[in-house]
Amino acid sequence: MHPQSPNQEIPNQKKRIRLVLKMRIAACMALLLIIPLCRAQTSDLVTLDGLQQLIQAEKEKIQVLNFWATWCGPCIKELPLLEKLQADFKEVRVRLVSMDMDLDPDPDKVRKFVLRKKIHSEVLILNEKNPGQWIDRLDKNWSGALPATLVVNNKNGKRKFVERELHEGELEKLIAEVK
Amino acid sequence: MKHLIFSSLVLMALVAGVPIRNGYEVGDIATDFKLKNVDGKMVSLANWKDAKGFIVIFDCNTCPYSKAYNERIIRLNTKYAVLGFPVLAINANDPSESPGDSFEKMVDYSKKKGYTFPYLMDETQAVAKAFGATNTPHIFVLTRTNNELKVAYIGTIDDNARNEAAVTKKYVEEAVDALLIGKSIPTTKTKAIGCGIRWKDA
Repeated sequence: MHPQSPNQEIPNQKKRIRLVLKMRIAACMALLLIIPLCRAQTSDLVTLDGLQQLIQAEKEKIQVLNFWATWCGPCIKELPLLEKLQADFKEVRVRLVSMDMDLDPDPDKVRKFVLRKKIHSEVLILNEKNPGQWIDRLDKNWSGALPATLVVNNKNGKRKFVERELHEGELEKLIAEVK
Repeated sequence: MKHLIFSSLVLMALVAGVPIRNGYEVGDIATDFKLKNVDGKMVSLANWKDAKGFIVIFDCNTCPYSKAYNERIIRLNTKYAVLGFPVLAINANDPSESPGDSFEKMVDYSKKKGYTFPYLMDETQAVAKAFGATNTPHIFVLTRTNNELKVAYIGTIDDNARNEAAVTKKYVEEAVDALLIGKSIPTTKTKAIGCGIRWKDA
């Protein structure tokens, strides 16, 4: 009765298959985009007040605040030590505070770096001008030189500050000192 | 023997209890040094018999802050050398940590930038340690009083590394201007983000 209908269904089927394929490709691409975002931390802009509130709000874990920048060679060199520390010690919270915006107003440079290096530790991008007015508020012993690391234990108020590149084993020692 | 152990323990406790002095504070007298310039000659502060003071800058070739401030440093010397406050730039970075800061690279960089002031290599890092320099660029303004060189200002060049047009405080210029007319310096100490000096591994 309808000799043409099977022939008509074939293009319809093809269209359906193509649509499903397109959807799968789109889903795959979306996944590919999302996976690196899930694996690495997103980096939030933070003011100095905001950063200090975050530091104070952490009541349980010992915090390791590392002040760094994407242009800073020794900072990048010590990064794996901080990442390893975050992976190995559940009672420690590593916070990588980027100082990049003091020289370059584009925070995406930092975000891209974080994705490329697949950094798992928390990354915060400090969005402040005129460091002369706030360096002392983070630590009086800090000259402003990078890298610098501050270890804080809010449970007993102990803190340790180091203004130079860290070497293997030093972070563990600093953590023991604030326990 | 017991006495010896006890006294050495006391000595150790005393040494440990003494606060470590990290370089000069404003008001301290700076000690002269002898460092190799990019032209191969040894340079001391004593070479400038008529200088009213110095703008000593711990600097380097590689740091992005040094690059951001490079033109400003060259202009500081142009403006103040003739007024008796020449710029003396010192690189203390360990070249094995930062290959771009080797003596040869310093020679190239100073030629390329047309430095009109000495660019000295602090190979042992002793001068940077004596001054208490921590980062680049780190400025120490010295002023001659009773034939001694007194530290008058320590810190950064101005309050905006990123954008010179947005600078509101030219700390070094304000300090030297005040010294030139015998007035007190409005701000004697400042801090800024910078590249930590690349120290030799202890």
